[in-house]
Amino acid sequence: MLEAFLISVITMATPILLAALGELLVEESGVVNIGIEGAMLSGAFAALTIAYFSGSTALGLAGAIVAGVAINAIFAILVVNLNVNQVVTGTAVSILALGLTGVFYRKLFGVTGKAFMVAPIAKIPLGPLARIPLLGPVLFDHNALVYFTFLLVPALWYLIARTRYGLRLRACGERPEAADALGLGVIATRWQALLVSGALTGLAGAFLTLAYANTFVENISAGRGFVALSVVIVGRWNSWGLASASLLFGAAMALQFGLQALGTVVPYQLFLALPYALTLIVLAAFGGQASAPSALGEPYRRN
Amino acid sequence: MLSSIAKPFAALLVAAALISIVLAALGASPLGVFAALGEGAFGSWYACVDTLVKSTPLIFTGLAVSIAFSGALWNIGADGQLTIGAIAAGAIGTHLGGFPHSLAVAIVLIAGALGGAAWGGVAGWLRARRDVNEVISTIMLNFVAVQMLSWMVHGPLMEPSRAYPTSSPIASAAQLDFYFAPSRVNLGMLLAILLAAACYMLLFNTSVGFELRAMGRNRRAATFFGVRIPALTVWVMALSGALAGLGGAVQVSAISHRLYEKLSPGWGFEAIAVALVARLNPLGIIPAAILFGALDNGSQAMQRTQGISPELVQVIQGLVILIILAFDTPAWSGLRENIFGASNDDAAAVPPVAEMPDA
Repeated sequence: MLEAFLISVITMATPILLAALGELLVEESGVVNIGIEGAMLSGAFAALTIAYFSGSTALGLAGAIVAGVAINAIFAILVVNLNVNQVVTGTAVSILALGLTGVFYRKLFGVTGKAFMVAPIAKIPLGPLARIPLLGPVLFDHNALVYFTFLLVPALWYLIARTRYGLRLRACGERPEAADALGLGVIATRWQALLVSGALTGLAGAFLTLAYANTFVENISAGRGFVALSVVIVGRWNSWGLASASLLFGAAMALQFGLQALGTVVPYQLFLALPYALTLIVLAAFGGQASAPSALGEPYRRN
Repeated sequence: MLSSIAKPFAALLVAAALISIVLAALGASPLGVFAALGEGAFGSWYACVDTLVKSTPLIFTGLAVSIAFSGALWNIGADGQLTIGAIAAGAIGTHLGGFPHSLAVAIVLIAGALGGAAWGGVAGWLRARRDVNEVISTIMLNFVAVQMLSWMVHGPLMEPSRAYPTSSPIASAAQLDFYFAPSRVNLGMLLAILLAAACYMLLFNTSVGFELRAMGRNRRAATFFGVRIPALTVWVMALSGALAGLGGAVQVSAISHRLYEKLSPGWGFEAIAVALVARLNPLGIIPAAILFGALDNGSQAMQRTQGISPELVQVIQGLVILIILAFDTPAWSGLRENIFGASNDDAAAVPPVAEMPDA
């Protein structure tokens, strides 16, 4: 029971954390990408479609990366180059992705309601570690995307806090004029962050279709991209904080299944609303933007 | 003035070109699809009237979005506010059996407005007092509202036979009448148009509207002119929510008469496209809402005759918003400063109020 719950927590937390880590890079560079939901959905759709027709999981993952990068490139042209409002652009990108995946899904897979299943991404048990009671199945018997996601946590922390590139990224998010005056290339840096984030968010979407559901349904991301956005705030723009917040939200999501299975008298909708209500409560309790990059959400124009 | 009308149409044409590419990729004939959309939306008297009915909730949510956006408050939560308004209307409407017709309708509509105002006001309060970005809070409140509606129609408000996940119908006294039956045209459309005029007056002819637009142009500068930003933030978000909630109440009172899951097909998100096409002008919301209402109405005919699923409407919404944003030019300066943020230099140098009267 506990083991199944903890495995479920890791499974639910992984796509949120992966997308949130990408969003962290983007926000450190001074951009807020609400289109993350659309990038995740597009990645999920591309991964399933390509894996289904090619029979190759690897090609599916590659397709998810391409889809996520493409969606973020549209966003980048508008917000980084044309300086238009990031919130409205991101919302439009999410609506567009919802529509595009919807029409193409109906076109390719018909409206029969038949599920189009793909083989799940293979699990890689880590030798003897995977045989430790409780800890083994929970931590060391997952697919490569899970390991990749959790290894990114220290890697991104090091990149942002300890390297020259991280300094450049943060300069673009804190004082873009100063960064530009130092020749750090605000526009190029923000583009790089958005493209890398597109790849990570696309993979997060692929996790939903190739590792979790093994099929696609319309709007399969179901707000996980938006939850990833709040994970970045709750996690205080720190990759360790993001990991903790993702596990918290993963637990809230895993709780749905656990408590529904127990047949409790509490309405199931309460558990479905829990991750979102939790976000509101956590943000209301700890306040919002204090540790955000100073120039977050502001377009940068060269004078 | 000409360009203010020409720009949205140019944006629509570019959108049509891009949609044609999508349709070609789907193996459909763009002309056939556009013809089916037009036929479904305006092909008969009944289709025209139904287009107006489908536009009505979009006027309410479009006004909600344009009021909030005018103050640079990014309310992405009109959908949740509409849903809560509908729940309030549907819950109270069943208990109004003995009431006079006009009183019952008024109670239902006020309940909807208050429900929406509460949902929007929470996001406003979180922004004003807890520094929580309203984008995140309104998105989260959307999800909570969806689950609340689902719980209501499966639980406390479920109809007595408990066979279907819907609420009991509201009392007939609380139902808005149809005109020109069998059409479903009702007073809701007239109310929406009156509210559009009222919102226009509020924004451009009152001191509160002036403060609201000043906040939208430059939050920091507005404080120097004595605008009480936190209080205004809460009130604007509550007003925005009330408008959306009223839309939900009108939908329940006039059209659905009861609550069910997925009551809103996304009117709160479509409203963002409506508001941008209208350039945030409350009077422009009416034609913009009719345009998107027509699209929604035509999409059913498009699915029947062309085999393209109605999600195409979302593709169109997304593209229209992106293209309108991309069409940003200095000629759009009024919108530019509201939507696109004041540019670095004039934010610092020009007092925003100096240019307000002719905005």
